[in-house]
Amino acid sequence: MSFEMAEAILLTIATAATPLLIAALGELVVERSGVLNLGVEGMMVMGAVTGFAAAQLSGSPWIGVLAAIVAGAVFSMLFAFLTLSLATNQVATGLSLTILGLGLSGMIGESFIGTPGLKLQSWVIPGLSEIPLVGKFLFAQDPIFYISILLTICVWWFIFRTRAGLTLRAVGDSHGSAHALGIRVIRIRYLAVLFGGACAGLAGGQLSLVYTPQWVENMTAGRGWIALALVVFASWLPWRVVAGAYLFGAVTIAQFHAQAQGIAIPSQFLSALPYLATIVVLVLISSNRRMTMRNTPASLGKPFVPER
Amino acid sequence: MRNTTKLMLAAVASFGMAAQAQAADVKACFIYVGPIGDFGWSYQHDQGRLELEEALGDKVETAYLESVPEGADAERAIERFARSGCNIIFTTSFGYMDATNKVAAKFPDVKFEHATGYKRETPNVSTYNSKFYQGRYVQGQIAAKMSEAGVAGYIGSFPIPEVVRGINSFMLGAQSVNPDFAVKVVWANTWFDPGKEADAAKALIDQGVDIITQHTDSTAPMQVAAERGIKAFGQASDMINFGPETQLTAIVDDWGPYYIERVQALLDGTYESVDVWHGMADGNVVMAPYANMPDDVKAMAEETEAAITSGELEPFTGPITKQDGSEWLAEGEQADIGTLLGLNFYVAGVDDQLPQ
Repeated sequence: MSFEMAEAILLTIATAATPLLIAALGELVVERSGVLNLGVEGMMVMGAVTGFAAAQLSGSPWIGVLAAIVAGAVFSMLFAFLTLSLATNQVATGLSLTILGLGLSGMIGESFIGTPGLKLQSWVIPGLSEIPLVGKFLFAQDPIFYISILLTICVWWFIFRTRAGLTLRAVGDSHGSAHALGIRVIRIRYLAVLFGGACAGLAGGQLSLVYTPQWVENMTAGRGWIALALVVFASWLPWRVVAGAYLFGAVTIAQFHAQAQGIAIPSQFLSALPYLATIVVLVLISSNRRMTMRNTPASLGKPFVPER
Repeated sequence: MRNTTKLMLAAVASFGMAAQAQAADVKACFIYVGPIGDFGWSYQHDQGRLELEEALGDKVETAYLESVPEGADAERAIERFARSGCNIIFTTSFGYMDATNKVAAKFPDVKFEHATGYKRETPNVSTYNSKFYQGRYVQGQIAAKMSEAGVAGYIGSFPIPEVVRGINSFMLGAQSVNPDFAVKVVWANTWFDPGKEADAAKALIDQGVDIITQHTDSTAPMQVAAERGIKAFGQASDMINFGPETQLTAIVDDWGPYYIERVQALLDGTYESVDVWHGMADGNVVMAPYANMPDDVKAMAEETEAAITSGELEPFTGPITKQDGSEWLAEGEQADIGTLLGLNFYVAGVDDQLPQ
């Protein structure tokens, strides 16, 4: 494989991995607070359509990015109100959020079908981007790529190095004890869900403003679900989310290159490979009970109704 | 809980059940595999439905269900339509074949029209398809003229006969201009995933192709081609907006004429079950305006299109050799429809192994 090709492959992988990474990081924070939001796909697609529409109407892709974040966050509040204030079942509510998001986004986006979108331009850092192999990958990317890296560092720092992060984990591990200590469980969970929604919205915005600058219905095509799987794959650790997202992207891209070079591996098998990898890692992780127990939020998915 | 129920109702309502409650002579119903906003396959079928409404006005009432998965869900959706008073039901994806026939057996008074399939187990089932491969032949010729690298990239969805036919026809068209022309094929294993389709296009371009053609539904490959400054062909609908300086032409599926013809026949009482395979001559396969090419290439493309329309030229006419080197069609021999409908091998020159 030539040098230029490796460089091109790296760039393509980054674009494919970024939305997964961002959405999964958001969901990681949500799940660390003990809430399981299966509506990632719905929030993501709402971010995609709103981001696209805002960019079209304002003429600025950056306004699109902001709108995508806000749309995801606002949409997640619907979920938060139902599951946290009314204590509805999180799984059912999350699923209906996805279905609602897919339908609603189709309605909002109807008039934008067939319109080419605005693309968020890459930031090229002169000099550094000329470094062979990794130069373009690290220093000539779209802004959302940089945001995703920054976000990973921030989420890791927040969860493991701040008092607020400790509180978040306490709420996720035992909401009863946290409540008894005077921590406002519901408020913290609201904030976590809001953050998760904003991230999912941003991930959707990346799809419609960077990855494929256009709006078509259902354009997330299951990436929200992959993000959900990645959180478990990463056993709720931010750095493993990065590894998972890039592994997933790498396998997807590598299989296209293998096909184009005429390597005779059944393409169906190659398409299934990322999912097989997820299953293998899940088996490996869950076989080590201590590891699993240490990172899984113990109150995950359980509704919290404070006793007054 | 009440809020949740409302929410879910809203979700179901917005998911795409469109029905109008006026009295009409015929109720025509459509089942789509993708969202009508895919700007590809399902979008074009829905455009056909709208043409039907426009042409027949009050005499026809239409309804559709979108994003219906192939398989068990399809059977439920078709049956629901059959029960709700539809007189004619168009099921617009290959994977609905068995479900369509199963429901048709239960509702002998309802007419069923299955797109791209071949099973007609009861007299009330018709099948219809379009010879999109005719357009692929023209595209192959253009590609061979326009490519400097001498190799085109082909993004396939699934290795089914419909797609294999397109690849072969494209190859034959290209070879008629440049016998050494090569086609690289990658399978996306999806009909619709803009991100994946874009990735496939990027991979092909990185591997050195300078023309992209696709048999998947989104406009993403066209956008990637535009960004990288190479040429591409649109699929299903005219994608010129996504690559004003990129799109050479596109094969546009126009289902309107067929839908109007069938519903009109039902209104007139002349309806009969059929098995049709329309093409350029019937106005079902339309080429988007030839663009971004020199005049001589355009003239060649127009000439080929005219020859196919008049029936003078049939892409699958011998001599044609299979990929494995054995002879498929002798000089002047034409492929029979059965072989074409079940096509599961490549012609010589395709740089790919067909997944079996």
